[in-house]
Amino acid sequence: MKYLDEFGNPELAHKLVDEIHAATTRPWAMMEVCGGQTHSIIRHGIDQLLPDGVEMIHGPGCPVCVTPLEIIDKALAIAAQPGVIFCSFGDMLRVPGSSQDLFAVKSAGADVRVVYSPLDALTIARDNPSRPVVFFGIGFETTAPANAMTVYQARRLGVPNFSLLVSHVLVPPAVAAIMESPRCRVQAFLAAGHVCSVMGTGEYPPLAAKYRVPIVVTGFEPLDILEGIRQTIVQLEAGEHEVRNAYPRAVRAEGNPAAMAMLDDVFEVTDRTWRGIGMIPRSGWRLAAKYREFDAEERFDVAGVRAAESPLCRSGEVLQGLLKPHQCEAFGKQCTPRSPLGATMVSSEGACAAYYAYRRLELVQL
Amino acid sequence: MCLAVPGRILSIAEADGVPMADVDFGGVRKSVCLQYVPDASVGEYVVVHVGFAIQLLDERSAQETLANFEKMGLIEEEFGEVPR
Ligand code: SF4
Repeated sequence: MKYLDEFGNPELAHKLVDEIHAATTRPWAMMEVCGGQTHSIIRHGIDQLLPDGVEMIHGPGCPVCVTPLEIIDKALAIAAQPGVIFCSFGDMLRVPGSSQDLFAVKSAGADVRVVYSPLDALTIARDNPSRPVVFFGIGFETTAPANAMTVYQARRLGVPNFSLLVSHVLVPPAVAAIMESPRCRVQAFLAAGHVCSVMGTGEYPPLAAKYRVPIVVTGFEPLDILEGIRQTIVQLEAGEHEVRNAYPRAVRAEGNPAAMAMLDDVFEVTDRTWRGIGMIPRSGWRLAAKYREFDAEERFDVAGVRAAESPLCRSGEVLQGLLKPHQCEAFGKQCTPRSPLGATMVSSEGACAAYYAYRRLELVQL
Repeated sequence: MCLAVPGRILSIAEADGVPMADVDFGGVRKSVCLQYVPDASVGEYVVVHVGFAIQLLDERSAQETLANFEKMGLIEEEFGEVPR
């Protein structure tokens, strides 16, 4: 257990690992939905501390990884237009589109700016009233309230040169899609804590009941993840399938009502394509009709953009837990974080990049 | 970008009709929108994601989380700055 001394509280980590081992009598496969958790699990070797046969399947919860290629290509087309200021979170810049990435468009002279918050993009729009300013609004339920508020403010304050290229995705429909897949091996879920900080836990009991899977809301620090795994194993061993909250310090059952009210006002549910997975019905948000004038896809003529993935990339199987990253032929060869073939190699939250950063040498030695 | 980081509210002032706070993240300061935590007050801890507070947090767990994040280099990763 060479990693345990890196944990915030090594004694508690030891105790949790011991309890997990004591509770486990059979092999189990559980999925952590969130990419932040994937990163933490691989970085701290949590999967290697678990009993033999207890497998962590890395789910599709990295927003950078699942943003559809077509939207990336639309972002590239919009950013390249003269006069446009294209604002984005930093981790979208290296995400490969069909032929290039935002970084390349920026190097070729486009005005692409990295911002910390979408409100920063609105400030840029007010400072540059003669230029179209577009924010790349991606992410899960955690990020959506920030983007919703920004569009709400743009409308309220009258900032007509601001628009949002929006591709929000939702966790519960993805959980259902994973369970409906005929090749599904997942027996339990660690749900993403910060998604539930916003949305609460109310959407999960019907999923737990329908698919007979325990769902445990889990935080992101190593100890949080061990506790989430412990609660999951205890339920699996007892044949239970309840929703439990192992992250009560940041998650309330009712979520954040003010944020949910804003989301309800600004967005409406829509079908979304997930990169590597395909279309999942009613799995995303787009701008509601009264905010549609702030939709970058309406403002810029990008309807004709069509996209093609690298034929080598198997990130779809990785995202569904059917393949571990190092089992992809291109891993570490044609595909590295410097020249990624698929989105799961780009973000530090993507499963392929996490394996590349923390497991590459060990895997070669195996 | 999934990361949400706990920080302590140093001051609150209204800007363009929304409550904005100066928040300290273990040495890094950022402007944070408090629209979704209307009851938050100066000195309290909030969980912050892309410039928005999404939940209140008690002081003890906030400090533990910040200490862990600092150890793991996550504050620098999130903000692109080294804590002072
Ligand atoms: S290693 Fe690269 S090519 Fe292979 S699945 Fe991952 S992102 Fe795709």
